[in-house]
Amino acid sequence: MQPLLEVQHVSFAYHSESGETFALSDITFSLTEGEFAAIVGPSGCGKSTLLSLISGLLTPESGRILLHGRDVKDFNTGIGYMLQKDHLFEWRTIRSNALLGLEIQKKLDARSRMRVENMLDAYGLSSFKDARPSELSGGMRQRAALIRTLALNPDLLLLDEPFSALDYQTRLSVCDDIAGIIKKENKTALLVTHDLAEAISVADRVIVLSSRPAKIRRIVPIILEIPERTPLKTRNAPEFKDYFNLIWKELNSYA
Amino acid sequence: MPEHSSYQTRYLKSVLRHKRLVTAARILLAVFFFILWETAAQLEWIDSFFFSSPSRIGKTFLGMLEDGSLFLHVGTTLAETLVSFALVVLLGLLTAVILWLLPAVSQVLEPYLVILNSLPKSALAPLLIVWLGANVRTIVVAGVSVAIFGTVLNLYTGFQETDPEKLKLIYTLHGNKWDALVKVVIPSTIPMIISILKVNIGLCLVGVIIGEFIGARQGLGYLIIYGSQVFKLDWVILSIVILCLIAMGLYALISRLEKSYARKS
Repeated sequence: MQPLLEVQHVSFAYHSESGETFALSDITFSLTEGEFAAIVGPSGCGKSTLLSLISGLLTPESGRILLHGRDVKDFNTGIGYMLQKDHLFEWRTIRSNALLGLEIQKKLDARSRMRVENMLDAYGLSSFKDARPSELSGGMRQRAALIRTLALNPDLLLLDEPFSALDYQTRLSVCDDIAGIIKKENKTALLVTHDLAEAISVADRVIVLSSRPAKIRRIVPIILEIPERTPLKTRNAPEFKDYFNLIWKELNSYA
Repeated sequence: MPEHSSYQTRYLKSVLRHKRLVTAARILLAVFFFILWETAAQLEWIDSFFFSSPSRIGKTFLGMLEDGSLFLHVGTTLAETLVSFALVVLLGLLTAVILWLLPAVSQVLEPYLVILNSLPKSALAPLLIVWLGANVRTIVVAGVSVAIFGTVLNLYTGFQETDPEKLKLIYTLHGNKWDALVKVVIPSTIPMIISILKVNIGLCLVGVIIGEFIGARQGLGYLIIYGSQVFKLDWVILSIVILCLIAMGLYALISRLEKSYARKS
């Protein structure tokens, strides 16, 4: 089976007049359909750069990134990107924020509207459709932002530390929430985070990056023997601690 | 209305009392000024031929109201100001949008805009008269010239201060620069746009008066210059008083716009 996403020997550097900064060096991995992978690495190692490259916002200096076997630079509409902050616009209602992507891509019709309405209902925002973002809690805002991304029906979902702006308690429940939605919508997802526990709790595989310029240190498959896995249940699984220690060591061995 | 504690009620009362006091003091200050002025003129502390007086201004006002010349002058100045303001809004927004969409163009033009903005525009007025003739068009252009460069620079700066992460959001939704402009940049800068307009409607009035000084046969600027030349200083001072009222009115107009926008969002 052809993988959904292939990242092949990708390198990237930032250039400025005062010099160049090597961010990524020879990154290779792939994702299969329905998989949830997490990327962890020391802060500033170029994790977010990798997501920008995959989404086609930046172009790799060498290497290729393919979605369904096609270069993402020419074909990036199948990719949804969720940023650190929700960036819901205060001058729009929640409904109209959720429709933003469809509006931009001119895909706003009765069917797509219906889909968004259903998602808002299904994910607990039915009574907030006409509310302004400031009236919502952090968790609800993050759900609204996810619906905005899912409205475009992406094949691949990129998540750039989407929980980092939330306080710890909200963070755990929102993470559970969002992971549940992604599983239910059967999306392939790639999460970037510096929180090891979070990565292990949601991912089927954890990709460990080195510090800058980032190389792939190791890819750790997370295999748990618990039924109906959720992030919160995973945190209590007996294997959780072992994975945590393994990745912790991997991250710190050369630092 | 939710129930207040007696402390809250007392607090609200004290706030209200303070507000009333401020309003009363403002009115009293004006009344005091006019009484002092009138008294000084009556008792001949000042020469009312040069300094006029509230009663003389009142008489002049009524006289000009009767023969209709007041409407002509005020109407002319007001119309010219509003037309030049409309042009400033239109051209200013258009130019700022173009600069934002084409960063290379804005890099090239920036020093010129800065120079034109700091140039005293009154220096241009005589030139405008020669080029365009002594007519309404020239005066409108003078009004535009005073406000336009600052408007463009301020709008462009405001546009550039848009949160880059919000722009990134648009690009992650596969939007282009135009989408970023209409979905993020403009909506997020509307409060700033309104406050820039608030400053610039006053500047348009300044430009129009400068224009009228040298190239008009009607309007308050003309009345001021003509009045000073024939020593009818009542005209001059009446015109200045009316200009104060116009400036206040225009400012209040935009303030109302600002408030109604703030209420809506």
